Amino acid sequence: MSDADMIRADESGESEEPVMTSQPQRRLVVVGNGMVGQRLVEAVQERDLRHTWQITVVGEEPRPAYDRVALTSYLTGTSAEELSVVPEGCYDDEHCVLHLGESAVSIDRDAKTVTTASGRTVGYDALVLATGSSPFVPPIPGADLDGCFVYRTIEDLDAIRERAGTAGAGAVIGGGLLGLEAANALRSLGVETHVVEFAPRLMPAQVDQGGGEMLRRKVEELGLGIHTGTATQTIEALDDGRLRMTFADAEPLDVGMVVFSAGIRPRDQLARESGIQVGERGGIVVDEGCRTSDPAVWAIGECALACGKIYGLVAPGYEMAEVVADRLVEGDAAFAEADMSTKLKLLGVDVASFGDAHAATPGALEVVYADPVAGIYKKLVVTDDASTMLGGVLVGDASAYAALRTMVGQPLPDTPEQVLMVGPATSSLDDAAQVCSCQNVSAGRIRGAISDEGCCDVASVKACTKAGTVCGSCVPLIKTLIAQSGVEVSTALCEHFELSRAELFDVIRVTGLRTFSEIIARHGTGRGCDICKPAVASILASLDSGHVLDGEQAALQDTNDHFLANLQRNGTYSVVPRVPGGELTPEKLIVIGEVARDFGLYTKITGGQRIDLFGARVDQLPAIWKRLVDAGFESGHAYGKALRTVKSCVGSTWCRYGVQDSTSLAIMLELRYRGLRSPHKLKSGVSGCARECAEARSKDFGIIASENGWNLYLGGNGGFNPRHAKQFAVDLSTEDLVRTIDRFLMFYIRTADRLQRTAAWLESLNEEHGDGLEYVRRVIVDDELGICADLDAAMERHVEAYADEWAAVLDDEDKLSRFVSFVNAPDVPDPSIQFVTERDQIRPADPTTDSGPVPIAGPELEVVRR
Amino acid sequence: MTTIDTLAVDSVLHGDARDPRPAGRKEWVDVCAYDALLPERGAAALVEGVQLALIRTFDGDVYAISNRDPFSGAYVLSRGIVGSRGDAPTVASPMHKEVFDLRTGVCLDDPEATVEVYEARVRGGRVEVVVT
Ligand code: SRM
Ligand SMILES: Cc1cc2nc3c(=O)[nH]c(=O)nc-3n(C[C@H](O)[C@H](O)[C@H](O)COP(=O)(O)OP(=O)(O)OC[C@H]3O[C@@H](n4cnc5c(N)ncnc54)[C@H](O)[C@@H]3O)c2cc1C
Ligand code: SF4
Ligand code: FES
Repeated sequence: MSDADMIRADESGESEEPVMTSQPQRRLVVVGNGMVGQRLVEAVQERDLRHTWQITVVGEEPRPAYDRVALTSYLTGTSAEELSVVPEGCYDDEHCVLHLGESAVSIDRDAKTVTTASGRTVGYDALVLATGSSPFVPPIPGADLDGCFVYRTIEDLDAIRERAGTAGAGAVIGGGLLGLEAANALRSLGVETHVVEFAPRLMPAQVDQGGGEMLRRKVEELGLGIHTGTATQTIEALDDGRLRMTFADAEPLDVGMVVFSAGIRPRDQLARESGIQVGERGGIVVDEGCRTSDPAVWAIGECALACGKIYGLVAPGYEMAEVVADRLVEGDAAFAEADMSTKLKLLGVDVASFGDAHAATPGALEVVYADPVAGIYKKLVVTDDASTMLGGVLVGDASAYAALRTMVGQPLPDTPEQVLMVGPATSSLDDAAQVCSCQNVSAGRIRGAISDEGCCDVASVKACTKAGTVCGSCVPLIKTLIAQSGVEVSTALCEHFELSRAELFDVIRVTGLRTFSEIIARHGTGRGCDICKPAVASILASLDSGHVLDGEQAALQDTNDHFLANLQRNGTYSVVPRVPGGELTPEKLIVIGEVARDFGLYTKITGGQRIDLFGARVDQLPAIWKRLVDAGFESGHAYGKALRTVKSCVGSTWCRYGVQDSTSLAIMLELRYRGLRSPHKLKSGVSGCARECAEARSKDFGIIASENGWNLYLGGNGGFNPRHAKQFAVDLSTEDLVRTIDRFLMFYIRTADRLQRTAAWLESLNEEHGDGLEYVRRVIVDDELGICADLDAAMERHVEAYADEWAAVLDDEDKLSRFVSFVNAPDVPDPSIQFVTERDQIRPADPTTDSGPVPIAGPELEVVRR
Repeated sequence: MTTIDTLAVDSVLHGDARDPRPAGRKEWVDVCAYDALLPERGAAALVEGVQLALIRTFDGDVYAISNRDPFSGAYVLSRGIVGSRGDAPTVASPMHKEVFDLRTGVCLDDPEATVEVYEARVRGGRVEVVVT
């Protein structure tokens, strides 16, 4: 806690005396900084612009609110920071203070104060309880043994991950939505996983017997052991540290760990102990305004008993937060019974239920479609006259989920069979229909964002409306709405090609066409532009069609590739020799220094562990490179959409923590992939241990040494929208590592869009395939598309065909002849290029500020040609 | 032809839209061999102190426009990618990719901006321009 926090906390009533009328501001205290508590704070901030409320939040967990819905992704590489749901600056202003790692232990309703475990007492005018729930651990003897876990917080997952490393086998008690999610997570950690469910089927709360059977088969296919109708009686510790589970009428099961996921219990203790009314089976009783039996106290989220129900989902919690925020600014919003529709995430099995899935409505009819061979089960629940949709269950194919869910309570547009088979027509979606239930966004709002706010893809609709940002199950429907709006989500490369880059790549690969003229004549129109020409150039280069400046290819290149250097603001170029892995001998370092000095170039160490020389004129480039190539340097491809650098740390050779030789691996990888042209630039890093000095996880492919080999991370990015690379494989041998990266890169090169970095590419695969990284695994590890041999061969060709681009230019009079200032005056340096000096080096003269005397450094300065 | 010594460095530095050159009547100046220009690519030329971008399009036509990119002030238009937009033959500035119509010099992405267009022709295998 900062000093500033301390002072504010003191002001807000460290004394027992509640501060009364003298303060103009009212005091709002929120207990619990989970998803719902956080939403409340933001909802109040949005409405209370004049700061009539001073907000104090007390949260028991050590970190600010995070996305619990996406908790499982923490095990597959999403970091705690990435999961955070707290907008930047939320607690930076004096009107809103957050105390973390502190639980509220009592409420004094007369004095209107809350006291925390650390002894802090905070006065309130309004108190909101957003304490969530805790996992229910059934009273089984042994449930508290070492090796038993629950699945709710980041700390729980840290503990589970640690144990999973040695567990071998594991069991999840509870076959509901969360239990299956936890089971799949265990499986992905390499644990042989069993699911033990007391009810006769999986997901008993959501699906019926028929759906449950289909689900069971699908889940078993994934390799999970399913034990339904099975009650765990005891858990005993065995001598070897493992746990033995015994059952009422089944063989015992020995496992290394047990995870309880048998439901939740609302955390209503604070309310209960202070005499606030709670439900018979728990939960803080609230009215339609979410107010408890004490008018100054409110309860929201999973701890609240609203409309006689505990809602174990985030969307109704958000709704309650909005209601309370509205009431706090004198509004009269009310909470109405909420949608309990759910869809199983992550498992690779489609399961969804919505509305009255169990046909509890009197007279309800069920229409069932089952295809046991394809593993599909669908059920619609409709009113007795088949006129109104009530709910349904989908297993095996839940593509219609998002659309069907919006129709609950609406007249059926067609016969139930038709709706089941073909899916609903989304064009008939009412503007009021709720598309995203997590964020409560209607079809009308999304249509508005498309027509009035210029949103033309899922990403921009997400940014504008928040729809699709929580569980993601409404994304397909958002896509449909975009498509229907008439906004063309064109994948065309540009006005000259209807094809997308991936399609064009396939066309060129399969047809064998190797000149732009042939390609555009057959597959495009016009004469191309600055979008399609470099894209075709890159595709041709990826298909190893010789030197990038050969024949017609030269005319396709951007100026950077055309002069094999990077254009700078004043028309000069920069020169970046390759320094593989950042390792550089003193001799070579001296050569770089001499070249820079002799040509009067500005030098700078780059962010990529090499040296950039700036300020070279086009006509100087060959002479500069002659010197560099003679000294053993080659092109660093800083100008190309190609491999840039493989950053390294010193690793086990020097570093006392290093466990593998990261420098050697980085050099090997950089030499293997140098010159590889791709849709966008490629960067890599190799760290010698988990301290990660090479920042590998910010790279397109990053490698971190482990005791047993190499851990591979994919899809990291710096730039405008930084992303950490996600763990893809652990403990790989060097050979397996290289093969995996070969395939990853080649698959990316073939299928990504133009100028799409790997991170963005993986995100686009998420949208198409649910989990993009899993899809990539199926393609490049399991060889689902049968293309691995092809990808391997393509990379082999690249490695064999590699030759230094600059050395080739220096050997070719024809190519060299283009490196002139003027076609009619090749020896006259461009007079428009002028420099001034700054900190003992040149920089481009700035016409607006560097006027007056002629600059000290002119084009002829200090150039020595040898 | 190389009037470089009479060039006022100041006007280059300050990026005046129009380069200084003597007034006079229309005069074709020989610049270079037609073959020196690559198909669908530009080359810079210095004619009477004026920096030109000579551009040879796919059909074989030659266009001459000022080499100065009006957005960045750098003399780089000759290094842009040559192509078409609709019916217009174009070049895209290599600096920030604004596209210019080679026939009129008008920037198709921002019609407020134009570059000077010069007459150009091919005679006996040589490229000639008029800069006066
Ligand atoms: C020289 C350097 C800055 C420096 O002084 O250190 C640099 C300079 C440029 N960067 Fe960079 N970037 C440099 C390291 C980085 C890094 C850090 C790194 O590589 O470790 C990043 C963030 C990491 C990443 O890429 O994920 C970086 C993210 C970018 C981006 C944003 C990419 C993105 O995915 O959002 C661009 C823009 C682009 O490529 O479209 C960019 C573009 C550029 C360009 C090419 C802009 C341009 O088109 O003229 C700059 C000219 C390079 C040149 O040599 O003239 N540069 N740039 C660094 C060269 C490293 C090298 O040795 O190759
Ligand atoms: C693995 C997993 C997957 C899920 N998937 C989905 C899904 O797909 N869709 C969906 O809708 N929902 C899902 N949920 C449920 C969803 O996460 C919850 O509905 C939501 O987090 C509830 O928010 P909340 O703020 O009410 O409770 P919580 O997020 O639990 O927050 C309550 C906070 O209050 C703190 N607290 C409790 N008592 C005190 C005290 N006395 N003093 C201070 N702080 C206190 C707690 O430590 C906690 O940080 C999932 C949950 C899990 C665990
Ligand atoms: S990542 Fe590890 S091995 Fe490499 S330098 Fe850092 S501490 Fe040393
Ligand atoms: S329904 Fe969950 S994000 Fe839209």
